[in-house]
Amino acid sequence: MSAYCEISNLVKAYPTADGGQAVIVKDFNLRLKKGEFVTVIGHSGCGKSTQLMMLAGLSSITDGGIVLAGKELSGPGPDRGIVFQSPSLLPWMTARENVMLGINQVFFTASKRERAQIAEYYLSVVGLADSVDKYPVELSQGMRQRVGIARAFALKPKMLLLDEPFGMLDSLTRYELQQVLLDLWRKERITAMMVTHDVDEALYLSDRVVMMTDGPEATIGDILEVKFPRPRERKVIMELPDYQKLREYLIEFLEVRAHQRTPFVPQNGADATNIHSADFGAALAAF
Amino acid sequence: MSFLEVKNVSKGYGPPWKRSEILEDINLSIEEGEFVSIIGYSGAGKTTLMSLLAGLIKPDKGTVTLGGKAMSGPGPDRGLVFQNYSLLPWLTVYENVALAVDQVFPKWSTAERKAHTEKFIKMVNLTPATKKLPRELSGGMRQRVSVARTLAINPRVLLLDEPLGALDALTRATLQDEISRLWQEDRKTVVLITNDPDEAILLADRVIPLTAGPKATLGPSIPVTIERPRDRKCVSEDYDFKQIRNEVIDYLLKARDRHKASLSRNLVLPDIEPEDISRGRRLSGGRRGPVRKSEIKRENVEVEV
Repeated sequence: MSAYCEISNLVKAYPTADGGQAVIVKDFNLRLKKGEFVTVIGHSGCGKSTQLMMLAGLSSITDGGIVLAGKELSGPGPDRGIVFQSPSLLPWMTARENVMLGINQVFFTASKRERAQIAEYYLSVVGLADSVDKYPVELSQGMRQRVGIARAFALKPKMLLLDEPFGMLDSLTRYELQQVLLDLWRKERITAMMVTHDVDEALYLSDRVVMMTDGPEATIGDILEVKFPRPRERKVIMELPDYQKLREYLIEFLEVRAHQRTPFVPQNGADATNIHSADFGAALAAF
Repeated sequence: MSFLEVKNVSKGYGPPWKRSEILEDINLSIEEGEFVSIIGYSGAGKTTLMSLLAGLIKPDKGTVTLGGKAMSGPGPDRGLVFQNYSLLPWLTVYENVALAVDQVFPKWSTAERKAHTEKFIKMVNLTPATKKLPRELSGGMRQRVSVARTLAINPRVLLLDEPLGALDALTRATLQDEISRLWQEDRKTVVLITNDPDEAILLADRVIPLTAGPKATLGPSIPVTIERPRDRKCVSEDYDFKQIRNEVIDYLLKARDRHKASLSRNLVLPDIEPEDISRGRRLSGGRRGPVRKSEIKRENVEVEV
């Protein structure tokens, strides 16, 4: 397997007052293929966001390393687009200006016209064609998060990092935005890692679900492969018999196994647990 | 005529030149003893609708009647539970509930009122916290006080305005079970407003979607035939439950799409690569313009506006 992003023996630790070390994340090993969508689930406070922020370069790496597209990461950069839980827009700038800010940096060789086209394109495909000149205060929470998504994609990053991007939204808006994200991701196939604690969201969006054990010394407890064919339709995949099976598997992990620290060891070359039934294709054909 | 009836009600705010119509043509009939959930997006006008039912505001057009009588203002025949609990911070749990009881039953003896107050505090499992102030309670406990206060005045209709919206998932589930239990005990007429499809279906006899505003209106009423008492775990795997949830969500998502004008716009996405700016804005090899990915330089995409 050729890894596009390789996370090796990642450790995050803070020195404590008594001279010791508080180890937040340890033995975190993961290889992502190009164009893969991986979600990380775990209890709040387990260190899943810490791991993502190390990938983003916003949190320092205590030990181990991350290689993205053949280059070891050090510090943040526009090659990784980030969507935070709170949209984090600059309040004195319109939606367009917020998106243009990054575009002007990474596309500085392009013409003004082309840069404007990029902003217009991404703001329109996330459904904000009519609101490009509005300020964040004039936008609903869901619309602000749409700007956040447009801003991340517009930089054409090598990787997309999403830190519980829909956690603050009501369930209907969340459904809509999952769709917006998935549509855009399908077009661009940017390698993505998303942190969430919503099991359904993980199953709907991702190719693999990484399950993290509780901290301290949080690590990967298990990885589940999600083989639902794409494009996915929520209604259809939720009806699949495998959906319930996978869902129960994830919930069982969160309820029981997350509390035990048994690092995941890939077996026989397989890189994820595979519990899909053999008649998966047949079940799907029935729809 | 139904017990609670809303007929052709419209409501808007603001002066004529800057008017926003929130609700339009709302029709709703609820029978006595029925539990109805209204589900809609944030900002759809859910709270406006609730205020109309409570009599806190008057409709611009149409009528709201309760038990055949037109509503003229707020009153203790309708009990409201708000998302933000609305407890008086300087009064204890007991005093908050007693305040409502004393107002509504002034003719009762002191002992009767005390017993009544205590009964309802017990009903929501708050007896150990009787003497606590709201700030000493968790969000879930505060909401229980609010529920006890509302039930204690024995209203004919219980109006729940996103009562569990501010609570975490676990507390939310516990209180949903509690509301369900309380409702089964005395079968009051209940209108619950929520943005959580699962909550709406779990609790109600009927679920009605409220379309996105402006000019929000109620969609078709969807009966929930799942037998009671309903167990949260079994219900979420129930086929009917899933069907109803899909129906509700589909309706709401489609209703929102209808609001979008179907004008399409031609978009151009330049097919250029971002620059590596980790070493500043220096370019190698005398290149001036951006690197273009392929022969095809542009892509036209049509989007709905």
